[in-house]
Amino acid sequence: MKKLINSVDQVENQMITGMVKAYPGYLKKLDCGNVVVRAEKKTGKVALISGGGSGHEPAHGGYVGTGMLDAAVAGAVFTSPTPDQIYEGIREIATDKGVLMVIKNYTGDVMNFEMAREMAEMEGIKVEQVVVNDDVAVDNSLYTVGRRGVAGTVFVHKIAGALAETGADLADVKAIAEEVIANVRTMGMAIRPCTVPASGVPGFELKDDEMEIGIGIHGEPGTHRETLKSADEIVDILLEKILADIDYSGSETAVMINGAGATPLMELFILNNHVADVLAKKGIKVYKTFVGEYMTSLEMEGFSISLLRLTDRMKELLDAPADTPAIKA
Amino acid sequence: MKAERVTEILLALGSKIEEEKDFLTELDNVIGDGDHGINMARGFKAVEEKLGTLQTSDIGNLLKTTGMTLVSTVGGASGPLYGTAFMKAGMLMNGKEEMNLDDFLSCLDAAVEGVKTRGKSVQGEKTMLDAMIPALDAMKQAREEGLSAPDVLQKGVDAARTGVEYTKTIIATKGRASYLGERSIGHQDPGATSFTDMLETVCACITP
Repeated sequence: MKKLINSVDQVENQMITGMVKAYPGYLKKLDCGNVVVRAEKKTGKVALISGGGSGHEPAHGGYVGTGMLDAAVAGAVFTSPTPDQIYEGIREIATDKGVLMVIKNYTGDVMNFEMAREMAEMEGIKVEQVVVNDDVAVDNSLYTVGRRGVAGTVFVHKIAGALAETGADLADVKAIAEEVIANVRTMGMAIRPCTVPASGVPGFELKDDEMEIGIGIHGEPGTHRETLKSADEIVDILLEKILADIDYSGSETAVMINGAGATPLMELFILNNHVADVLAKKGIKVYKTFVGEYMTSLEMEGFSISLLRLTDRMKELLDAPADTPAIKA
Repeated sequence: MKAERVTEILLALGSKIEEEKDFLTELDNVIGDGDHGINMARGFKAVEEKLGTLQTSDIGNLLKTTGMTLVSTVGGASGPLYGTAFMKAGMLMNGKEEMNLDDFLSCLDAAVEGVKTRGKSVQGEKTMLDAMIPALDAMKQAREEGLSAPDVLQKGVDAARTGVEYTKTIIATKGRASYLGERSIGHQDPGATSFTDMLETVCACITP
């Protein structure tokens, strides 16, 4: 394992501390653990908290700030944060308008956030939750825990965060978050694995000419493995699955080409070049495109495409002001 | 047995998990996200530190402390699940300074119920329950047949091991392994394995 770290057990702590030192105007770290909140608490609004394992930077700390999140909780690399950490985050940001937890659909994340919610509710804090499940690589059937929450989560942060910033009620903020979840679909792939520092070995292996289609953001195996193809052909494979899932025809969309951590922007633009062409050919309008690293998987080489079907209200909220380390609008 | 002995066994669980850390992680790499051993070892290391400073004769307190420490240090799904299991057992033993075989079986019963509720899961979904439930059933039966405590535990270990083997034959429908669908067949469940490791340790500790 070759990584720019000091010691395996300090990875998360030093990452969060370094992030706070980079953005002192935006972020403040709580003493209790790897929890960041806005440098200045804003009252009179629904407070948004999200989080998950570390290793997805800039998610989730990078989305804390005006118009997006109020707190982000970072667990160990690729491991859900613990209930006590989440609870401290909730307590710190809670307002009388309530708290919305934005959870990615993983068994551990859901359990830990729900335990934290129970703890906060015992103290009289009003807490609601939404669970993001945008990954079309996973069958949404009785036989799985449902689809995983991946890069589409960033759209939930942006749009629900924008509505919360206006002082809207908890029920409305939750409703718009659910509307985004219902309208966003993502699919990813990888050509090279990543290594969790504490484990020291890659999470999976791929031969030089192989790729994993439908991979999750923790390097979990996807739908299948096949021989590496050209960028355009890979885009076709991913888009086919996304477009088959909900009807985008005639809709305006927001597109996210998300780098997995070690994919150069050059390649992401090459991928977007074809995404835009395919969508244009199918009569799907692109209202806004995001190309970059939004929800990474350490140094994995790969990317995901997210496609959000927009309403006029979502468009407004997508464009509404945001000022966070990772997204400014 | 008294609190001191229970503490020794809890610490022995930690040593066993530390020994099995790499193997558990390897199992999890194949069908999960490759952190089960790492996370459990981190949790039990924290348990060791906590129990080192805890002076109590209350077995309930020991088990609750173990559960709460696991919840706040393990993370992932195993943290809430094993944490809940130990906390439920701790609630049952609240204020008690002595623990016998029947208490142990009641604790495991409470732990199984806790894991089912927290994980919204049942037997047959390729989870730790596939080792826990058969082990509990086998031990209850052995108890009824009047076997000695070490023999009862040995029956439980045998049933848990069979349960682990069984997890190789079924599709995961809970947890991250469920994303694999049929590709999860052939691989044993890391949670069922770590439970079996722990039961083996308890068995070894009480066998003269």
